Formats: sequence, structure tokens, C-alpha cells
Amino acid sequence: MRVGVVTFPGSNDDRDALHAVAVMGGEPVALWHNDADLKGVDAVVLPGGFSYGDYLRTGAIARFAPVMGAVCDFAESGGPVLGICNGFQILCEAGLLPGALLRNSGLAFICRWVHLRVESAQSRWSRAARLGEVIRIPIKHGEGRYYADAETLKSLEDNDQVVLRYCDESGRVTEEANPNGSFGNIAGIRNSSGNVLGMMPHPEHAVDSLLGPTGGRAIFGSLISEHLAGVGR
Amino acid sequence: MTACCRPCECGQERKGDEVARVAIDVMLKQEILDPQGQTVEVALPTLGYPDVHKVRIGKHIELEIDESSPEEAARKVENLATRLLSNPVIEEFTYEIEL
Repeated sequence: MRVGVVTFPGSNDDRDALHAVAVMGGEPVALWHNDADLKGVDAVVLPGGFSYGDYLRTGAIARFAPVMGAVCDFAESGGPVLGICNGFQILCEAGLLPGALLRNSGLAFICRWVHLRVESAQSRWSRAARLGEVIRIPIKHGEGRYYADAETLKSLEDNDQVVLRYCDESGRVTEEANPNGSFGNIAGIRNSSGNVLGMMPHPEHAVDSLLGPTGGRAIFGSLISEHLAGVGR
Repeated sequence: MTACCRPCECGQERKGDEVARVAIDVMLKQEILDPQGQTVEVALPTLGYPDVHKVRIGKHIELEIDESSPEEAARKVENLATRLLSNPVIEEFTYEIEL
């Protein structure tokens, strides 16, 4: 399976994402922000970083990069798209996912490992996870407070679109376990058809046991292992 | 429409007012927590201003549009402020046009 990773000016987790794809048995393909060409990949990752210096708002400028027209068409035709951290912010700005990411409630940039509870195994990017499973993945962001209006939040909950929530070690979703003030402890959501996932934590930093916990394997593995088993696209 | 700026060195005279000067303010919606504003508010008493409240921080954007019609300038401003300069999910904007 060929998985493309887009590099924007200011992306800094693109190499890690390419590496994670390779570790999980996929074929990594580097994509460029100024190219409206997805090189025929089977899935797209928008990586973390600070695209366009986070000027104006996080993800606001990247959303208009030439590659994003192709990514939107790809997503709308059912292609799997994963947005990580800044990539999640870009997906929200582009309208591929509802809501927005605001400055952390405590203002500080947070860089640490968190526990996440898998709330939905219905997405292309979470099928390898068990419902209710607790995984460890790091976060590193200053603007990760998920916000959506009450109506949108209700529709996300009603349609099983919340994929990951910040929780404690034993899986309890508490205020203390919420690092950034996200509504409903939301760490990751999917679109209604399940092919697009946006998440603030960084699964690409958690796939190699030499470097720590491997919670990110559930995310990349959901896409790639399914393909390796011959049931994917 | 000429692309040069005033004062013009190219010798061409501009016909009438063709540039709309625009000032746009973008603020987080009232119901959304503004941790920046809160932090500044907490700092103010230590400077001797215990009577200052409700601090909220936004963005002030200035730009010029090559446009002589106020209605057309307003239409363009609303469009670009909705599409790029603000995010309607979390922010509101106001603007003034000087022609």
C-alpha cells in the first residue's frame, strides 16, 4: 500500500510519518504542498508541524495550498486521509472535519505522553484497535483544544464520530486527564463516512518499541495491515 | 487599472479614488474562552490596574483593495474575511472601509 505524506513549508513530522508507514509495512511516498498531484497513492497523511509558521491561524494558509484541492477530492471520493496535529488543524480549516482547534486552555505548549481511549473502531484508521482499548501516544501542541458548537458536538457523539478521547491510565475520561481543555476530552474525530481521521496526538512517534510505547501502531496498522491482509482497496 | 502606488513615480495620473483602505477586526466569539485575554487580565492588577476586566484579544488586519465602488469593496472584504481572515466556527469579524 502506497501512503503519501504531504510536506508543507514548516511541516516537521513528515519524515517521522514516512518512517512510520515503512515500519508498518507500507510504501512511503513523499508529497509536496505545491504539487496538485497525489502520485496515485492509496492514502494520504497530513503531518504535524507549523505549516506557514501558523500565521493567521493554525492550518489557515495550508488549507489553500495546491495539494489540498487534490486531497479534498481524494477524501470526498472515499480515500483514506489522516491529519495529525497540524494536519488535524488543516483538515478542520478545509472543512473536511467539523470544529476547530483553539489555544490550549492553560496556554502552555504541552509535550508529553498521554493515554487515549479508543471510542470508535469504525474508521479506516482505527479498525485495528479494540473498542475501549487504552493506547499511549505523545502530544506536542500549543493549540489543541478541540471546539465545536453544541449541535456539532451532539452530532459527533450521536454518529460515533469521536474516535479518541484523553483518559487516565485505566481508561477513565476525567477532567484531570484532559491536557488542553478539549470539549468532551476529544483527541481525535472522524468524518461521517470514516475515511478521514484527525487527531492531535502523534501516532507516528509511537510505532517503534525501541523508542517507547507503540500506541501509534493501531492507527497506521488499521490502514496498512488491512491492505496487507488483502481486504483493503 | 494601474498597478503602481501613490505617490506615483511613473508619471501616470490615477483617475479618482481607486484604492479602498480596509481595516478588519477579528475576535473570538463571545462564548469561546480566550486564555490570552484571561492571562493579561490576571497580570494587570500587579501593574496597579485591579479595576480592569473582560480583556479579550483579537487581530487587527489592514489591507488595500484596488476598487472604487464601496459596495464591491464590501463584498470582497466579506468574502475574504469569511474564507481566510477569520474562521466562522470560532471567530467573528467587523470592518471599516475608507474610500
